Amino acid sequence: MSDVITLSNVSITHPGASTPTLRNINLTVAEGDLTLVVGRTGTGKSTLLGTLNGIVPHFSGGRLDGTVTVAGRDTRTHRPRELADVVGVVGQNPVAGFVTDTVEDEIAYGMEQLGISPSVMRKRVEEILDLMGIADLRRRALLSLSGGQQQRVAIAAVLAAQPRILVLDEPTSALDPTAAQDVLASITTLVHDVGLTVILAEHRLERVMHAADALWWLPGDGSVVQGRPEEVLARADVVPPLAALSRAMGWPTVPLSVRETRRRVGPRPGLPRAPQPSEAMTWPGGGNEVLRLETLGVDYGQVRAVDALTTTVERGTITCLMGRNGSGKSSLMWAIQGATKSSGRVLVNHEGSWADPRKADAATARRMVSLVPQSASDLLYLPTVAEECAQADKESGVPAGTTRAILSRLRVELPEDRNPRDMSEGQRLALVLAIQLSSRPDVVLLDEPTRGLDYAMKTELTRIVKGIAAGATGDPAAVLLATHDVEFAATTTDRTIVMATGHIVADGSTRSVCTSSPGFSPQIAKVFHPADVMTIADVERLVNTPAGDRR
Amino acid sequence: MSRLVTRTANPVVGIPVAATPSSTRTVHPWSWWAWAAGCGIAISLTNNPLLVVLITAAVTLVVAVRRTDEPWARSARVYTGMAFTVIIIRVFFQILMGGDGKGTVLFRLPEASLPNWAAGICLGGPVTAEGLAATGYDALRLAGMLACLGAANSLANPRRVLKSVPAALHDISVAVVIALSVFPQLIASAQRVRRARRLRGNTRKGIRALGAVLVPVLEDSVEMSMSLARGMESRGYGRTRDDRRVRPGTRVLLVVSVMALTLGCYGVLANPTGSFSTDPSTCAPGSLCSWLLMDRMGQHIGAVLIVAGIIGSVVGLRISGRRLGVSRYRPDPWTWQATASCLCGAVAIVAMIWLSRANPKAITVSTSPVVWPPLEPAMLLLVVAAVFPGVFTPAPQRSTQADPEQAASWTSRQDEVPQL
Repeated sequence: MSDVITLSNVSITHPGASTPTLRNINLTVAEGDLTLVVGRTGTGKSTLLGTLNGIVPHFSGGRLDGTVTVAGRDTRTHRPRELADVVGVVGQNPVAGFVTDTVEDEIAYGMEQLGISPSVMRKRVEEILDLMGIADLRRRALLSLSGGQQQRVAIAAVLAAQPRILVLDEPTSALDPTAAQDVLASITTLVHDVGLTVILAEHRLERVMHAADALWWLPGDGSVVQGRPEEVLARADVVPPLAALSRAMGWPTVPLSVRETRRRVGPRPGLPRAPQPSEAMTWPGGGNEVLRLETLGVDYGQVRAVDALTTTVERGTITCLMGRNGSGKSSLMWAIQGATKSSGRVLVNHEGSWADPRKADAATARRMVSLVPQSASDLLYLPTVAEECAQADKESGVPAGTTRAILSRLRVELPEDRNPRDMSEGQRLALVLAIQLSSRPDVVLLDEPTRGLDYAMKTELTRIVKGIAAGATGDPAAVLLATHDVEFAATTTDRTIVMATGHIVADGSTRSVCTSSPGFSPQIAKVFHPADVMTIADVERLVNTPAGDRR
Repeated sequence: MSRLVTRTANPVVGIPVAATPSSTRTVHPWSWWAWAAGCGIAISLTNNPLLVVLITAAVTLVVAVRRTDEPWARSARVYTGMAFTVIIIRVFFQILMGGDGKGTVLFRLPEASLPNWAAGICLGGPVTAEGLAATGYDALRLAGMLACLGAANSLANPRRVLKSVPAALHDISVAVVIALSVFPQLIASAQRVRRARRLRGNTRKGIRALGAVLVPVLEDSVEMSMSLARGMESRGYGRTRDDRRVRPGTRVLLVVSVMALTLGCYGVLANPTGSFSTDPSTCAPGSLCSWLLMDRMGQHIGAVLIVAGIIGSVVGLRISGRRLGVSRYRPDPWTWQATASCLCGAVAIVAMIWLSRANPKAITVSTSPVVWPPLEPAMLLLVVAAVFPGVFTPAPQRSTQADPEQAASWTSRQDEVPQL
């Protein structure tokens, strides 16, 4: 196989920066390979991908030394628009890249710009619609599609110009896991069935690493490590669950799929078996109740998003809400907070008496229930971290410096004069958390907090959330978080509620809910099924100690 | 199961096949604009309320029969509302402060004079039939023209209209299309931010609260434009641009042609009596108007200028369109129905001009004294011309029939679930 992309001695310096972000990079991509690009946030993944079609430095500015050759064309002499027929680029947010308003027009747009004849365009549009499985969406308005559908349309629109190379920069970071699964499955099809060369930057490695041929790891010091995924993942600072397992087990290479890992682990008869509850509602309840929901209902026109839901939540527990999109998780959270209309009763034990946060004014409601929405950065509007903190103190009516103190108690150090917009997703989330916690709420609601976070940030978030529940930032609070991320839920939460069509269909300890079925469980649990092993901590406790030493 | 498949008695039936392989089964958007413009101009030439109501009713009928279920088709309701508002406002002000008391007094309102600093405007007073009729007819005419504009808007998809512009205007149409699609996104992000405000306790009020909403929304929109530009660049926008294929002087030709067109329109339309029986003496002596209208030559000069301007613009646009090698995906075909719709608009104008010459009293109804507006059999021709496109154009594919999912998505967006 010949190399379609060659980077030789490439150094990239951002405009205004004195030192290069990436230094003396030498990389090649063989034709037909799926190359994964991994690295912590801010190490230059996007910059590296931008060089592949000349967006860096033609569009972004800055300085590029060395040569980048793509399909025989030097990006020094070819502008991005002249590479449009050999490289297709898909970004994080599909909506931001849409030029037209309907699916069909969007797919045709790129071809129109290349001056392809109308009859050929018509044929290609039909082919692409079938390839990406979006033929039934052809006349839909782009804004009416779900996130996963939008991202697939964006890929289709790029593919219509028939490039042989596809560059995807975190295409799933703005999507929920179900939609992400759709998109990643489409990408794997393109590699295996169509034979495209794909370069993919991705956070959710566990979903795609089994299909990867090569891996570029950006350690953050300006270099890029190229190698086979099973070797590079064994030492990279990006640690998907299987890599963590392989380190715990002391394996030299990382198995890339659950199937391979199960084979390597082999039968382990001595391990305790996972509980198989005979009932779906097993949460014992009791204890220090802080939130009571009684026949809570949320309607949107004809749609019943939350249907007569009744439950209680205790102080100090971290509860995870799971369920597919539209099962009512977000609606439930917004209803508890009082931002959407709802029926039934919501009671919060605030300062010793039960009150309804929906009837309280916004400032009091904030002291009872605090919500961090999916797009957390919507809450930030001031130019510096210091001003945001000061404003939050005022809003919560607490002494100046409280928010700042919470930030440092969360062990997140943010420079005072930094603009929140320039910070990473994880830093922004931490700031919003601190702002929302400054009111010392009794109940903290987090809606999809792990979206766009890398593995290290998720570990950090787990620590922060456990701290909130334990009372590190005030009184112990009840934390209710909605997530699709089973891995995160397994390591973070005590209790899991599964929702479907507005009802609770399962309610129990995370361990019993997540390990009882192999389909709906974290990767480690899948590897050790049917044993009661769910996290790396379990692996270290049970697997790495001989049976005789265990108590 | 029987191995013999039962056959239908007569399996060959004549299925009405569409004359052209049109994708959307709609007429070319520009033909709707031509038809609506024709009807609008015809309305503007008369003040006969019965005729105005008849033509407006015909136009409304066509809209009701031929509009699709898509969002822009809902604009018809907005324009109807605007038309009624115009009538109400004009009649209200006529009653409140219009009366000079000459003519048949219908009733009197209590009178009040405003002080001198308010220019001594007189409120109330006698309300005359003549004044009411003149204002009412005028308001009705304006409302009728608004209805025609609304008809064009709701029948022709604005995006398709913009897509069918000459290649030379491609860049402008792209800019407008993008602006159209960014707008709903801005509204969505404003709503999201406003909801998020409640989460922070909403302590900011007034101007400061406005800033709290505006800053994130503006930052969103700037980021969105940057990534859109980046996306367009990587998808080859502007790749086929080649300025060498345009002859020098094309720009000059275009500018001169457009000036000729403007001047020509002024010559033909700036005509004070509202009909085509011009009286140049109504113009102030020495003004541009009197120069152009001298001996009825104004309209002749205007017509010549318009024709020259149109030819020059077409040639100029053709030449400058060559520098773009952009092709078009499924362009709207120009069908005979489109030509016929344009013709209907033209017939409406010509019939109105002919009527205004043949029977000026029926077209420009006297309001002093107030007479019952006359109707003539020839006016039927106008109404038929206005309503005819509703008969011969193909029925639109209502999205409920074509794509139930799409229809559902539009209705559901009205009460969007706050799961962003």
